[in-house]
Amino acid sequence: MKPRFGLLWHLCWRSILNRRLSVALTVVAVGLSVAMLIGVERLRSDARAAFAQTISGTDLVVGARGGGAQLLLYSVFHIGNASNEISWDSVQRIASMPQVDWVVPLALGDSHRGFRVVGTTAAYFEHYRYGERRSLAFAEGRAFGDVFETVLGAEVAARHGYRVGDRIVLSHGAGADGTRFAEHADKPFTVVGILARSGTPVDRSVLVSLEGIAAIHVDWAGGAPIPGLSIAPEHVRKFDLRPKTVTAALVGLKSRIAVFRVQRAINTDTAEPLSAVLPGATLQELWNLVGMAEQALLAVSALVVAVGLAGLVAVMVAGLGERRRELAILRALGAGPRQVFALLALESLAASAAGIALGLALVYGAAALAGPWLQAGYGVALSLGWPGAAELRLLAAVFAASLLASVLPGLRAYRYSLADGMTIRI
Amino acid sequence: MVQGLRFRWPGAAADCLAVEDFRLAAGERVFLRGPSGSGKSTLLSLIGGVLLPDAGTVAVHGQDLAALPAGRRDRYRADHVGFVFQLFNLLPYLSVLDNILLPCRFSPLRARRLAEAATTPVDEALRLAARLDLDAALLGRNAAALSVGQQQRVAAARALIGRPALVVADEPTSALDADRQQAFLDLLLGECAAAGAALLFVSHDGRLAGHFDRVADLAALNRADAGAGR
Repeated sequence: MKPRFGLLWHLCWRSILNRRLSVALTVVAVGLSVAMLIGVERLRSDARAAFAQTISGTDLVVGARGGGAQLLLYSVFHIGNASNEISWDSVQRIASMPQVDWVVPLALGDSHRGFRVVGTTAAYFEHYRYGERRSLAFAEGRAFGDVFETVLGAEVAARHGYRVGDRIVLSHGAGADGTRFAEHADKPFTVVGILARSGTPVDRSVLVSLEGIAAIHVDWAGGAPIPGLSIAPEHVRKFDLRPKTVTAALVGLKSRIAVFRVQRAINTDTAEPLSAVLPGATLQELWNLVGMAEQALLAVSALVVAVGLAGLVAVMVAGLGERRRELAILRALGAGPRQVFALLALESLAASAAGIALGLALVYGAAALAGPWLQAGYGVALSLGWPGAAELRLLAAVFAASLLASVLPGLRAYRYSLADGMTIRI
Repeated sequence: MVQGLRFRWPGAAADCLAVEDFRLAAGERVFLRGPSGSGKSTLLSLIGGVLLPDAGTVAVHGQDLAALPAGRRDRYRADHVGFVFQLFNLLPYLSVLDNILLPCRFSPLRARRLAEAATTPVDEALRLAARLDLDAALLGRNAAALSVGQQQRVAAARALIGRPALVVADEPTSALDADRQQAFLDLLLGECAAAGAALLFVSHDGRLAGHFDRVADLAALNRADAGAGR
């Protein structure tokens, strides 16, 4: 007798309704686990996209001799600190190489309320590119010109409600909020521009001129104010504000063909131990590093889904003992063991399908709710689009797993109904 | 009709059932006395086609059940036999009406018989419910909410709907008190007669035997050594 699907579905639905609390709980468990899996996958791909798009158009990043990944982390992502600086002479030497088109120096080490301060030149706004070679745009105002002028990243301005014309004080050191170091309170900076959001670390940067960095450190030595020495801002301009060192430099070439030659020239520079890295290749290398953790996270999520499905199967199988009478009634009414199998498998499958749907709904709900916060706090744009190929593959895998899992209660019911027939002996 | 039947549970040392000849005529109402352990449940499973005899034939409505493949046998049971058990006959999560209608959903033939009689399953369910003293207001309730007596009458309506050739009732009254036993039995006998169904009423309680066309004793029919029955 062929299972009549309408009847099975009717029975399945009523039976699920009858046990709605336990079924709903397992559906929620599966839903949460699926939401975690898909959420991790989406976050992963979006983070990867954001990561890969952080910097483009720069041919080489130059810093003190050290690991390429580390150099990229502190110079572009503002993660960690440089172990060494590079001299201004080296920057100028690189800028004067015939293949080099432009050099944007970066001086790091100060902060403003947890946001990194980047000392650079106006060339930064011209040459820094992200995504598909998009340049930074001003939401308000203009680039800095004077020593005590600053341009804020979108997130910095949004977090503290800064407008053009506000004055801000920089802190020494790159501590997060709360672990504030000594402040350069005597030399406030005026906000002259606010950048449009780019989804890159620039959003969380406070940009000032190299001269500004030098100026606030004129009366400092060894990372602390020199006691008894305080030089007012109006006097500081008389000092030589040319930088002695910077942290790193972004280098653009006239022709990309020369990139390896220039890289080799910089790496073998005899005047100072330098490292030059190709941002694209190093991003890839970095991502492979992060990728391990990311794969582990995905694996853990997959395990959580397995646990969710196992819970569902456990509930279904545990409920079967009490339902042997029901199975016997179905047999007496003319149901074959195969229909009993189909009924139970259908119940489990329906529950896990509901769980998958719930999980997807949770992901989209969370993306809609937490998206802006993630974008603001971590620069990760959580996309609201249709599931990508990788997500669809994961969903298909989850569905296949639940299909497999639903066989178990079905099989158990099948065996019960063969053993019990129409009359149940317990 | 049962002929030359032998049945032995797998692994059992001796036959559980050995019945040479036992038949019901169409529409006949037979009381089968069977104390527990006499192989009663086994016999019913054989009649339902859930079990197959090791030897001999079990035929229902002229059809040798063993000749049918398993799926067809299940369908044949749905088409031609209605069962009423001692207790817990109903699916607790369906309404009373849905419970009564279930056989028509498992068996298109039952639904077709009703169509030929110019009625619908729902109308027939309502009619049977009324005949079995089930208040129409009960029909929408969940089956689990009914009293035992009501449940047994719903089970009877379910067994009867779509005019099966045979109704098998296994101790359907033993969970009822004495007054209700009689009332239930009267209803069941009356409706089986009205539907033209043969009734095989199995009980250990000989006091009810007086209302039947014929009384048989399973202990006498079964020539297998007692004690192996389940």
